[in-house]
Amino acid sequence: MAASPQAPLLEPGQTYGSVTDKISGIVLTKNTPITWFIIFTCAFALLMMMLGSISWLLIKGIGVWGVNIPVGWGFAIVNFVWWIGIGHAGTLISAILFLLHQTWRNSINRFAEAMTLFAVACAGLFPLLHVGRPWRAYWLFPYPNTMSMWPQFRSPLMWDVFAVSTYATVSALFWFVGLVPDVAAMRDRAKNPIAQRFYGILAMGWRNSAKHWNVHDTASLLLAGLATPLVLSVHSVVSFDFAISIVPGWHTTIFPPYFVAGAIYSGFAMVLTLMIPFRKLYHMEALITERHIDNMAKVMLATGLMVAYGYLMEAILCWYNGSQYEVGMFFSRIKGPYWPAYWALILCNIVIPQVLWWKKNRLNTLVLWGVSIVVNIGMWLERFVIVVISLHRDFVPSSWGIYHPTFWDLSLFIGTMGFFLTLLFLFIRFIPAISIFETRHLLHESEHHKDGVHGS
Amino acid sequence: MVPDSPLYGLLAEFKGLDQLIQASEKMREKGYRRMDAYSPFPSEDLNEAIGHHTNPLAKFVFCGGLIGVISGFSMEYFASVIHYPWRIGGKPLNSWPAFIPIAYECMILGAALTAVFGMFILNGLPMHYHPVFNIPEFEKASKDGFFLSIEAQDKQFNLAETKAFLQSLGPVAVHEVPQ
Amino acid sequence: MNDTFEPSTNFKELPILKKPEEKVYWRSMDELADSAEFRTYLETEFPSKHDTWLDPVSRRDFLKVMGASLGLMMFTACRRPLEKIFPVNEAPENQIPGKPVFYATALAFGGLAQGVIVETHEGRPTKIEGNPAHPDSLGATDVFTQAAILDMYDPDRSQSVVHRGVVSSLDSFVRALTPELAVQKQTQGASFRIVSEVTSSPSLLAQRAAFLKAYPKAQWIQYEPLGRYNALQGAKLAFGDFLEARLNVEKADVIVSLDSNFLDEGPAKLRYAREFAAGRQLTDGRTTMNRLYVVEPCPSITGSTADHRLALRASDIESFARELARALNVSDVAAGGALSPEARKWVNVVAADLSRSRGSSLIVAGDEQPPVVHALAHAMNQALGNAGRTVSYASSPVAESATGWQDMQQLVKDMEEKRVDLLLFVGGNPIYDLPVDVELARYMNRVQFVARLGLHENETSNLSHWHVPQAHALESWNDVRALDGTITIAQPMIEPLYGGKTPQEFIALVLENAHSAHDLLKDYWKKESRVALFDSFWQQSLHDGIVSHTALATHQPNVRSGFAKEFSAIKGDVEIVFRPDPTIWDGRFANNAWLQELPKPISKLTWDNAAYLSPAMAKRLNVENGDLVSLNYKGRTLDVPVWITPGHADQSLSITLGYGRTKAGRVGDQHGFNAYMLRTSDAPYFDGGLTVTKKGGSYKLVATQTHHSMEGREIVRAATLAEYKSDPKFSYRKTDWPEESETLYDTAPKLDEETGWGLTIDMNGCTGCNACIIACQSENNISTVGKDQVSRGREMHWIRVDNYFEGSTDNPEMLHQPVTCMHCENAPCEPVCPVGATSHTAEGLNQMVYNRCVGTRYCSNNCPYKVRRYNFFQYADDSTEQFKFMRNPDVTVRSRGVMEKCTYCVQRIQEVKIEAMKTDREIKDGEIMTACQSACPTRVITFGNIRDKKSRVAQLKNEPRNYAMLGDLGVRPRTTYLAKVRNVNPEI
Repeated sequence: MAASPQAPLLEPGQTYGSVTDKISGIVLTKNTPITWFIIFTCAFALLMMMLGSISWLLIKGIGVWGVNIPVGWGFAIVNFVWWIGIGHAGTLISAILFLLHQTWRNSINRFAEAMTLFAVACAGLFPLLHVGRPWRAYWLFPYPNTMSMWPQFRSPLMWDVFAVSTYATVSALFWFVGLVPDVAAMRDRAKNPIAQRFYGILAMGWRNSAKHWNVHDTASLLLAGLATPLVLSVHSVVSFDFAISIVPGWHTTIFPPYFVAGAIYSGFAMVLTLMIPFRKLYHMEALITERHIDNMAKVMLATGLMVAYGYLMEAILCWYNGSQYEVGMFFSRIKGPYWPAYWALILCNIVIPQVLWWKKNRLNTLVLWGVSIVVNIGMWLERFVIVVISLHRDFVPSSWGIYHPTFWDLSLFIGTMGFFLTLLFLFIRFIPAISIFETRHLLHESEHHKDGVHGS
Repeated sequence: MVPDSPLYGLLAEFKGLDQLIQASEKMREKGYRRMDAYSPFPSEDLNEAIGHHTNPLAKFVFCGGLIGVISGFSMEYFASVIHYPWRIGGKPLNSWPAFIPIAYECMILGAALTAVFGMFILNGLPMHYHPVFNIPEFEKASKDGFFLSIEAQDKQFNLAETKAFLQSLGPVAVHEVPQ
Repeated sequence: MNDTFEPSTNFKELPILKKPEEKVYWRSMDELADSAEFRTYLETEFPSKHDTWLDPVSRRDFLKVMGASLGLMMFTACRRPLEKIFPVNEAPENQIPGKPVFYATALAFGGLAQGVIVETHEGRPTKIEGNPAHPDSLGATDVFTQAAILDMYDPDRSQSVVHRGVVSSLDSFVRALTPELAVQKQTQGASFRIVSEVTSSPSLLAQRAAFLKAYPKAQWIQYEPLGRYNALQGAKLAFGDFLEARLNVEKADVIVSLDSNFLDEGPAKLRYAREFAAGRQLTDGRTTMNRLYVVEPCPSITGSTADHRLALRASDIESFARELARALNVSDVAAGGALSPEARKWVNVVAADLSRSRGSSLIVAGDEQPPVVHALAHAMNQALGNAGRTVSYASSPVAESATGWQDMQQLVKDMEEKRVDLLLFVGGNPIYDLPVDVELARYMNRVQFVARLGLHENETSNLSHWHVPQAHALESWNDVRALDGTITIAQPMIEPLYGGKTPQEFIALVLENAHSAHDLLKDYWKKESRVALFDSFWQQSLHDGIVSHTALATHQPNVRSGFAKEFSAIKGDVEIVFRPDPTIWDGRFANNAWLQELPKPISKLTWDNAAYLSPAMAKRLNVENGDLVSLNYKGRTLDVPVWITPGHADQSLSITLGYGRTKAGRVGDQHGFNAYMLRTSDAPYFDGGLTVTKKGGSYKLVATQTHHSMEGREIVRAATLAEYKSDPKFSYRKTDWPEESETLYDTAPKLDEETGWGLTIDMNGCTGCNACIIACQSENNISTVGKDQVSRGREMHWIRVDNYFEGSTDNPEMLHQPVTCMHCENAPCEPVCPVGATSHTAEGLNQMVYNRCVGTRYCSNNCPYKVRRYNFFQYADDSTEQFKFMRNPDVTVRSRGVMEKCTYCVQRIQEVKIEAMKTDREIKDGEIMTACQSACPTRVITFGNIRDKKSRVAQLKNEPRNYAMLGDLGVRPRTTYLAKVRNVNPEI
């Protein structure tokens, strides 16, 4: 069916009961779909590979990676920024769209938030592991110590520590707050005593009373209001890691907005990458309608154009400020040893996503899924271009070098994907992946006043 | 009425949200106060009707944020200027512009923590036991059931009268809720 | 097979019975050393063998080596020499623990001395400095001398007497030798040969005389694969006698080098380099400088420093010399072969320039050029009236070695015809480094008794019946001459670690008057010196590091004529050129990781040699760096990777000797390619008739610098002398010097007003000789990382010498730039460190707190000069006992995961500050010298207090040529450069 502003966000014939049962059914069912086991097993295997890779790193040292002088940061930081970026879509959907009363977000925000948490978990690994002496990483936290030493608060890495840890904490809490009424529902549905206990404890005695709902609404609203500036600040701070330095290709003021746009871009891409198969797998077409898909595609297109603007500005500013180092950096991007990376990035992030201008592409889940994956790759390449290409040729030509990732770089990166998927599939299996009470609310509104459904 | 009656109160189940709202309004007109309404999803109108439409959470969160930002910046200042001063890249000890991001994050953190735990406290969560759960039908409250409860503690409460009045509001059923 | 030796007796002689502490150690260590696991274990412990980095280490091996270490600790408890030796500054008895003591001594290289002062801590030599009083050091050192410390502590040194691969003892060696000597006595030593390295030691030469007296028919050959035979024979040709030409480079205004690398090769290179640099000092208002022309096939340090460089095939140098001589009207010199138009133009221009400065010009011939070129140089110098002014002559301290090259060929002939029964090698490694057509190895088994004294059990020891460990120069009593004859009495810094013997002690065994080296030497000098107060003479000589008035007298010989009557051209259009390797010389330093990892001055290659050729030739062969080519020469073939070298003569292919060792040790084996396999006795240095064909396939060559263009950035600033005169501040850019006030952060803590450390590097004098790199490595306990890690861009040198090419690839200008930490006042590395592990002192040092560093590498990313170095692995070898003794106790040994970098030798600064504080005095200017500064032969590095306007460094920073590299970034570097000036001849 056609996705238009009038098109409903729920397919007709749904009742409070039906949506509740359908969603909680996924979790409470006895027979888990075989696909779940297959994917989970693969993911878990990758997770084991990650642990192996980490062990080897700790035994031998950073040298097992490809990093060197001048390229002091490699995959670790690329992956860190990539994962953090992916996380941002979740917060954006659950916070910003919430503030904007975009009701279409309802059936996807829980899933997206979970994604945020797991992405941040993956991201958090890298800064920790990329330091030469990870067993000393706690020195980055301000804690009272007998050496009476303090961290150096002028360093963007310290800002990272605070931004990322705050982001992780707040996202987790926000997610949990939204979860409470639903685990209460699970508690009431669950038959098996262990499940009852499990959800009972999580629900903390929630009983859907008007009093609860009232405070809960306020809390959600406030948290959304806090998460919005937070999510913007986090990727700005991440961009400061580069912007604060003097390295040509890093030292630029456009980074904060352009990183945030990029983050949302890659985040939505990842949501789609995961949501489309999930929707198929659990026959969620009734709750995650084409309308959702279409809107997300539109957001992707928009943020993609912002990112394109960012690339353009970088180029123009190189030419405009005329610094020979900046110009040299730009040419090493477009025709240096890593030119394929740069042009692949342009292809993935700018050229290919333009197909989303056409509705039939946006509605063709297969095409959209393909595009979303391409964008994920493109955004990873963007970080690679920023980190590696800028470092490998900076001021003094005699020190120019080259960077080749090693097996351990790749195994750790792919391993984190396993980590991510493992957590995601545990989540799908044990937590209602769609917010039940918000769906009921949506249903209620759509029954009463039809205008209340207007999204996007 | 007996102060420590074995009865918690009455629980009336209604067909839909509108009925529940009407019933709540009627009860309030009758002067009942110690009531609560239960619905599978939040509803402004219901909150209005039952009288739970304001809470002080916003003020708490503001204070939380304020404490966060102040403590964050003072920590940085104390560390960099007073307790552990060092010459760093020809920058002043109090490089306040560089201290902003961390102070900012601390503000968000303080506010967010207050919001979440404030919510729990105001809702008296976690709560390991509540009488209404004694009514089996009540599990519908988290699915498609709409309930109204009146506590025996209420001044107006009189088992017979209140029950009769509730019946007059056209509920699906009225249950007596034991303590 | 000699039958004088029965295993049984030898077995009875096995250790433990006598001098247990040493022998027990010998045994255990040797058992270990021979077990394969032990080798692999140490390889994994050796960063230098990086390919094995990721090998697991089994517990068993671990225990084994701990055992070995224990043994070592036992016997090295106290290694101070038994005899009385005399320190420079104070006598040993009032030595303070923790305070270094300095001793003067000398290290022989090619038989001639380089005077040094050795820093010892509690009796352990840790650092070598030049001896200012020594004529051929003047306080400076070269890379080999600096690296001698590592050689001495090399755990691969031979540690026991070995007989046919079985550990034995000195007594059994003597027991085996005695009957052999008895036999020789009857025949007056007719079949007795001794092969030693070239030596100038009066006491050893006296022993040689005594030996030849005892065995009149015997022979004692002095052989070096890269001996200065050509120079000596050239002198013979010109003067009829083996004379040494002593240059006085400082007096020369115009210098012409005929393929001579005199700034980096030869016994007096340090003196020459110093004088050369002094001759182009443009500081303090001077506006005159000498002019250097270099004609050479492959770019050398001298060539890259020249004002004008002509790339000419080695085989055409003689023709060039002949033409030049004719142009200078040297009598009966036959014309050479045809020269290129450019070369012919050169001849005229250079001749004109030379004649303009008669008496103040200088022509130098390279040791790699045949005698006639040397003779021509002598003739030209005489024709120009330079003799006695810029060059003087005296008899050579190593004259007796002049015929070594031919003697070795004779020796092998004798062996072939079974005319040799007793053969002793005193050091050296002829099995490896003799020309391939002198087949020593083939006839070794025709000699009954072969013994070798040597530091390592090398290729030659392998084919000898007996191997006797030699004492390292730092463990030895010796006496050795400088080029000008000045004698240094070398004293040991430490008892021989493995009970090694000095050559004198070894020969004493042959002469059957066994004494300790100390007694032998003292007795010899008692006889020689004939001074009344011998003890004070002895003490004074040891103290100063030179024996006064021992220089040989100079005289004015006349050049004979007619030595250059006929000219025979070299056939073949492609030539092969053999050169000494700039870092491992003839192969003797192959097992020295510092020198292996030291980038070659021009190519920046490490750990390998290669076939160097011109870009044009590479294009014709269609090869790129690392591609393998087959060198076919005189029916022998060698497959080598090529390295394209801008400025290399076309149709010429040069390869350095010394690589492809098979028995050098764990570090040196299997690196590079053995060019001796092509070298023949009739053409030791170059020859035509080479055919080069692309072989296909490639070999991984590793260079520390891969990009040699400055990309139009003002990294190194240079001008011609004319430009400098018209605009002395040609290198000045206003943007390089932001005022301290130009900052948003005016409240920043101020730096100290009295003291501020700074450094200047005068690019005008820098030859790129690398001495600073090894000096820094030795002073600051810098690890080597091995070829694999270097290939990943992880070398650890705190100071590097960048090398840029400018202009045409056929003959570019070459610029060397030493780069240290700049200690920026607004250091970009500091604000980005999350834990404050790098910060600034009031005196302007950018300091690195290793213990605090967590290793984010952010500082390195943000360092525009990329001078920070990172321990990607546990590079520092913390398990080998010898290295624990070697390290400088004043410098932390860095662990894995930690950033490190140049500290301006903060430990030296502190030492002097403390001394000054104790006596409450000012620190004198020049009192603190950084390691790189004190090693620098040309004295281009100056360190000091820039706040003190009278200090040398402050004055240099006021020089018009002073500029700040990347100063426009506003980082205010404390290390600045004095721009390079070339004295070009407009006629070229």
